Amino acid sequence: MSTTVWIILAGAVATYLTRIGGHLVLSRFERIHPRLEAGLNAVPAAVLTTLVAPAAMRGSVPELAALVVAGLAALRGGMLSVFLSGAATLIVLRYLLQ
Amino acid sequence: MSQPSAPPSNADEFRRGLRRALPIVLAILPFGLLFGTLAADNGFGVGEAVLMSATVYAGASQLVGIELFGQHVAPWLIVLSIFAVNFRHVLYSAVAGRRTQHWPALARAVGFFFLVDPQFAEVERRVDEGKPITVAWYGGLALPVYVAWVAETAIGAYFGGLVPDPHAIGLDFLLPIYFLGLVMEFRGRPLWLPVVATSAAVSIAAERLVGSPWHVTIGALAGIAVAVIFTPSEPSRDAGDAAR
Repeated sequence: MSTTVWIILAGAVATYLTRIGGHLVLSRFERIHPRLEAGLNAVPAAVLTTLVAPAAMRGSVPELAALVVAGLAALRGGMLSVFLSGAATLIVLRYLLQ
Repeated sequence: MSQPSAPPSNADEFRRGLRRALPIVLAILPFGLLFGTLAADNGFGVGEAVLMSATVYAGASQLVGIELFGQHVAPWLIVLSIFAVNFRHVLYSAVAGRRTQHWPALARAVGFFFLVDPQFAEVERRVDEGKPITVAWYGGLALPVYVAWVAETAIGAYFGGLVPDPHAIGLDFLLPIYFLGLVMEFRGRPLWLPVVATSAAVSIAAERLVGSPWHVTIGALAGIAVAVIFTPSEPSRDAGDAAR
């Protein structure tokens, strides 16, 4: 096999370890303390925020406007309207402001 | 288990999962094509690009991986970078294990391979809706997303240049928009605002002080710490009272 294939397969194993590892560690505990439970419940918001905030910091008007529109859309509609309204804002403003 | 009424059939659950997958498939569409295109640009064959999407199945880390590959970085460093970018999945896995305690071990071992960001977010949304995470629902959600990702990679790598100007069509910023939508889905959870504000501030600071991709894990742990510290020890008003 080529080096490329080895890199890919090693990357696949490394990725799978992250996807099973947290469960394997946590499943060794019989009881979960309420505080840990609260921490686990915070995981989606905490992790997903880190995929937004640094990118927002680097953005200028079109990017920030797109996030504001998407954030407001999230108060009313579902994921699809959030995504489409944010994307439309971004593309239109980038076109107008360049 | 405690429900005496007839549970929904596997076919129903599978279909419900499929329906939830639709917006995800739409959101990742350009990225599958982009990954295929960039993979070909960086010296991957079509087969290699497809192999990577089918076995690694983690978009951001795949983009980082082929970028480094194109720069002829040492193989072990490429693998380490993929691992670092995907390290947040450890947290997903810890939570998802709690949501799927009724699953057979094999179902978890297979199912968690598909635990990408939107898959995990949909699992958590369904928990908030008070519905059980069945294997059939999970599979119905995972299947279209996985098939689309692999197929788009093949199309992107085979045809090349399908994504003309990534900046003009907003491709570099579509994912932050999508992820913001997911963050907002969890605004009903306890301490949501303090958690989000902390994760945002710490991830921004950590990106500058420590660097990418570790700012993701550092920022996330800071937000989780807020939830751990500011939650009362006695379960007075418990959020996730579904399972017990």
